[in-house]
Amino acid sequence: MYDTLRFFTQSCADLLDEYFESEIIKAHLAGSSIIGTALGPRSPGTAYVLLHHYMGGIDGAVGAWGFARGGMGAVTQALAASLTASGGTVRSSATVEQVLVRGGRAAGVVLADGEEIHAPVVVSNLDVRRTFLETVAPQHLPPEFLAQVRRFKIRGSSGKLNIALDGLPHFPAIPQGSPCTRGDLHVTDTIDMLERAYDDWKEGRWSRAPYIDMLIPTQIDPTMAPHGKHYMSVFVQYCPYQLADGGWTDARRQAFGDTVIETIARHSPNFKDLILHAEIRTPRELESEVGLTEGNIFQGELTFDQLLFNRPIPGYAQYRAPLRGLYMCGSSTHPGGGVMGAPGANAAGAILADLRRKA
Amino acid sequence: MLTASEPHYHQPLLKTPFHERARAASQLDSFVAWSGYSTVDVFTSVEQEYFAIRNASSLYDLTPMVKYRIAGADALRFLNRLVTRDLSKTGPGRVAYAVWCNDEGRLIDDGTVFCIAHNEYRVCTAERQLDWLSASAIGFDVEIAEVTEEVAALAVQGPTSCALLRALGLAGVERLKPFELGQFALPGAARPAPARIEMMVSRTGFTGDLGYELWMRPADAEGVWDALMEEGRSRAIRPVGSRALNIARIEAGFLLPNLDFVSAAHTLRVGTERSPLELGLAWLVDFNKGHFTGRRALLEEQRRGPTRQLVGLDIEGNKPAHNALLYADRSGRKPVGSVTSATWSPTCKRNLALAMLDAPYIALGSTVWAEIYLNRELVWERRMARARVVERPFYAPQRRRATPPADF
Amino acid sequence: MAAGGNGQYDCIVVGGGHNGLVCATYLARSGRSVLVLEAAERLGGAAVTREFAPGFRVSACAHLLHLMPAPLMRELGLAGHGLKLAAQALPTVALSADGAHLRLAPGDLSDLAQHSPADATAYAQWQALAQRLTAALHPVLAEPPPRLGTGSWRQRAALLRLGWQIRRLGRRDMRELLRIGGMCVQDLLDERFESGLLKGALALDAVLGSNLGPRSPGTVLSLLYRIAAAGGAEGLAQPQGGLGALSEALARAAGAAGAQMRTRAAVERIVVRQDRASGVVLASGEELAARVVISSADPKTTLLGLLGSEYLDAGFVRRVAQLRTRGLAAKLHLALEALPQFRGLTPAALRGRLLVAPSPDYIERAFNHAKYGEFSAAPMLEITVPTLADPALAPPGKQVLSVIVQYAPYALAAGWQGQRQRFTDLVIDTLAGFAPDLRRCVASAELLTPPDIEREFRISGGHWHHAELALDQFFMVRPVPGAAQYQAPVPGLFLCGAGCHPGGGVMGLAGRNAARQVMREAA
Repeated sequence: MYDTLRFFTQSCADLLDEYFESEIIKAHLAGSSIIGTALGPRSPGTAYVLLHHYMGGIDGAVGAWGFARGGMGAVTQALAASLTASGGTVRSSATVEQVLVRGGRAAGVVLADGEEIHAPVVVSNLDVRRTFLETVAPQHLPPEFLAQVRRFKIRGSSGKLNIALDGLPHFPAIPQGSPCTRGDLHVTDTIDMLERAYDDWKEGRWSRAPYIDMLIPTQIDPTMAPHGKHYMSVFVQYCPYQLADGGWTDARRQAFGDTVIETIARHSPNFKDLILHAEIRTPRELESEVGLTEGNIFQGELTFDQLLFNRPIPGYAQYRAPLRGLYMCGSSTHPGGGVMGAPGANAAGAILADLRRKA
Repeated sequence: MLTASEPHYHQPLLKTPFHERARAASQLDSFVAWSGYSTVDVFTSVEQEYFAIRNASSLYDLTPMVKYRIAGADALRFLNRLVTRDLSKTGPGRVAYAVWCNDEGRLIDDGTVFCIAHNEYRVCTAERQLDWLSASAIGFDVEIAEVTEEVAALAVQGPTSCALLRALGLAGVERLKPFELGQFALPGAARPAPARIEMMVSRTGFTGDLGYELWMRPADAEGVWDALMEEGRSRAIRPVGSRALNIARIEAGFLLPNLDFVSAAHTLRVGTERSPLELGLAWLVDFNKGHFTGRRALLEEQRRGPTRQLVGLDIEGNKPAHNALLYADRSGRKPVGSVTSATWSPTCKRNLALAMLDAPYIALGSTVWAEIYLNRELVWERRMARARVVERPFYAPQRRRATPPADF
Repeated sequence: MAAGGNGQYDCIVVGGGHNGLVCATYLARSGRSVLVLEAAERLGGAAVTREFAPGFRVSACAHLLHLMPAPLMRELGLAGHGLKLAAQALPTVALSADGAHLRLAPGDLSDLAQHSPADATAYAQWQALAQRLTAALHPVLAEPPPRLGTGSWRQRAALLRLGWQIRRLGRRDMRELLRIGGMCVQDLLDERFESGLLKGALALDAVLGSNLGPRSPGTVLSLLYRIAAAGGAEGLAQPQGGLGALSEALARAAGAAGAQMRTRAAVERIVVRQDRASGVVLASGEELAARVVISSADPKTTLLGLLGSEYLDAGFVRRVAQLRTRGLAAKLHLALEALPQFRGLTPAALRGRLLVAPSPDYIERAFNHAKYGEFSAAPMLEITVPTLADPALAPPGKQVLSVIVQYAPYALAAGWQGQRQRFTDLVIDTLAGFAPDLRRCVASAELLTPPDIEREFRISGGHWHHAELALDQFFMVRPVPGAAQYQAPVPGLFLCGAGCHPGGGVMGLAGRNAARQVMREAA
């Protein structure tokens, strides 16, 4: 019981110091404690983020990570197929402009093209900021709730590079033919390196020596690239949504990408020669392309003030918005982000319970 | 077959120094993983190997036992605070079986403590313990080093084992009493290779029979194996695997981690960790020796009285009660425990089991019912078999203690 | 009261710091024979006034009194035992490089309103909220924390009481407490205020004495904790004669209650017989017997040093060894020939508590260095000039300046030897940025780094809270599970120092709570 308490309150660095002596092991494990956060490994509370990343499991293997054939898009396609098979309908290219409110309760949505769709239950998978600040007219919500929504912390801290490669890069540190390149490759030297990477983010700049978590999924799933070519997915921590010395420009985005590529190239001499194309995404692009506010990958930071009964907003942690008929089911809600699905399932449970009560 | 030159990620299991000899002797190619090493499960047949242990001589490779060297001015104080029994009586040349607990008095592991010299010990454990040993060393002047790979170990067990070792020229080995150790040499003349081989021999084992354990440098391992096999031919020696040994250890009433208990360092569920009192090891707990980790919790447990205990069962019929649930009566309505280890004992001609039973049923002579499932050519049958709580060990021959042992 | 006929005391208190003296007083008042053993020449522990340059005296560690609750001081009768305050209700002045300082005095927000009218309103609201929250939390400080996972009704009742205190706040405040409780103070301050000076001053209060920066989660709790602890005190006060005068009054209170006190009596070890603490052995070899031993030394010193791990379980010992005690605050004492001129400050304002913490970012950057074992390039300072209210601390016409400097990590990567002068110069230069003529006034300087504090006051890590006050070393887990109710696992041994709930600072509650626990458990 005391250990559980400590998990929520300790810093990842302190936790790891209690168990390990090797810098590289500690730094490797600490990587999971900072992904997507506005915290460094020495910030109290990051022990929980570490746990959050180990909470999952694939096909019964607790704490395991898996590849989806065809990429993560295949997961959502399968989810959509499941929905259709259950009698649901999916419409794409249908931007919701506003939640319709009639008689003090949600009554449907208005699309960007003006079309109205009516329903007694509206469930928003958007983060709370977008849901309540952009799609619901403020007069329908309690001002205090809106104030809390405005305070909801959703700072982005991660970047992403998608790199098309002409062949498999060579990493001298990994023996030729080793299965290690098929898994997750991290650039994490020491906890101090991660902490300094965080210091850069605090000052409004991308990490000069970033934490890098890269995968080459085409080794396992060749369908994702033309024959003989490879695709590398690079997750980068930290990259700020706003730069301290002015806004993001194309040149700055390129400079960020170069920092990442140089970092990888230090571990792989032929890496740069193999690059056919590199797509660079800062939190800006994550926001504009995917709709993640400020590019935060969890739809809200995973700090104690936004976890459990505090997530997303104290008093509104039961998936119900303070407007009848309106619900939340995104990663902004408990238990939070990652491709997990639990918020969606929990929200459905809450909605069904309300519908049964009414029936 | 993989060769040694292939990288570790193709063959992650280590090979013991006896591996090539074991592979050559193996007819079934039945290897299993044990503490990161590949070791033999069965060489030829479980029955033949078992009877080598009980009626002749057996060789068992126990190199994968995790070994620690513990030395320093506070070595004895450190060990006495670690384990539940009093080691101050285990002087140089003595060996003791011991268990250790966490703060809550729940068992972390068992092992044997070899006192090699004053304040110099070797501790053999089932699982790696560096984390707990290091935590226990805070405040003590003691050095702890794992020496598993530096020491090759071979158990020579069975009624003819002493005669075999004497025949090989281990002068005076017959004077070793149970739980004693000594330094011996295998003379060069006794075997093909020329030089003498120095080794440590202890009169210890996991069979409950007359037997010895030989501790040597890995470079000497094959020479010792060859000498034993050569000289042992006339004494019907056999290399044995873990399956045969398991029957012998159940007869002897010894516990095996992860079968009869799960280390409190690994349990995740509340209530699955075990105390030495529950495991019937109260004789290993010395409340009068001074403080040891878990002492206050165990005193409190003793005050409350046992809620469950590991007991020996004698079960009617001849079908081993593997994993059987135990009930208060034949109806099977009230569960009272479960079997942890079971075997048909070829020597005792009894159907034996170790079982964890709830408190009212742990007294010697009480009767419970075992739910046994029988597979008869893929047709499953359920049997309720009467099981009686009996004394452990089930099998304890005189020769295990006799010094000097009988010659053969 | 003397020792019993067999030479055995009812209670021996190890360490004559303020918590040891408070504990001894309550135990002696209950009719027990009590002996306090202090290693130093004087009682007081780290709450002493000592000469650091010929004729110049200063409070060695803490330089202001603001945490000791008034009811406790009344119960002890400290005024009757000679405690006088040279100054009280001191204002706080947040220094600004441009001379536009911010002055915050109890009940006076006029200067803040000049800086930012919005902040004056917001600050009043925050004070009201903090008052309500800490009113609920304050009683928690004055009691032993409940123990988890026992079936005992008393423990359950204590937990229920705590839940009730929080529930009674009302839904709104309770939710706000649960939300901000784990937050970092910078986010809280950014939500509420705009003035960098105000935010910096509050952030300083949140991180002073913690190995945390304003962006570290949990710093709102440390801020609330400080407010709650100070809740019962009369604002910032300066005892006449420095903090040592408080210790002298505490010692007189203890003596009046019948406690005996011996100085230069360093305890070498705690004696255990039949798994029970039965007395102590002094460095001189003298053995003293007692039914109960209560230690005000820090938990590592008490449990691993004086007691020894052989009497404790290994898992418990590991928790104690892992207790974080990395001191990070240094103390600089300057003997001044004359009063330096602080730009933009009237001499009256100089009597207050001066802060160099112009913004949370400034503090966070200062903290960055500490993470890597460096001292801050631009440190955060808390400054007092005690001679303004108490001229007797220095020769006539001369002054003393006392500074708490953060961050100065205990384990400086470069080693403190060889860095002392650089660090002293850095602090003086930082001060000179506000008082350009300071350098000319300095007659001599004394620097106490965390290792110096460890050595002189026998505190592991030189940390004034004995163990860092962070969420994972707080309340029910302070100092470690298994000893959080002032009771060590060895029967007859108790803890009463700052390493226990509710922590350090010159507060005295740990000593009183421990005394109550001794009376309850070892009647």
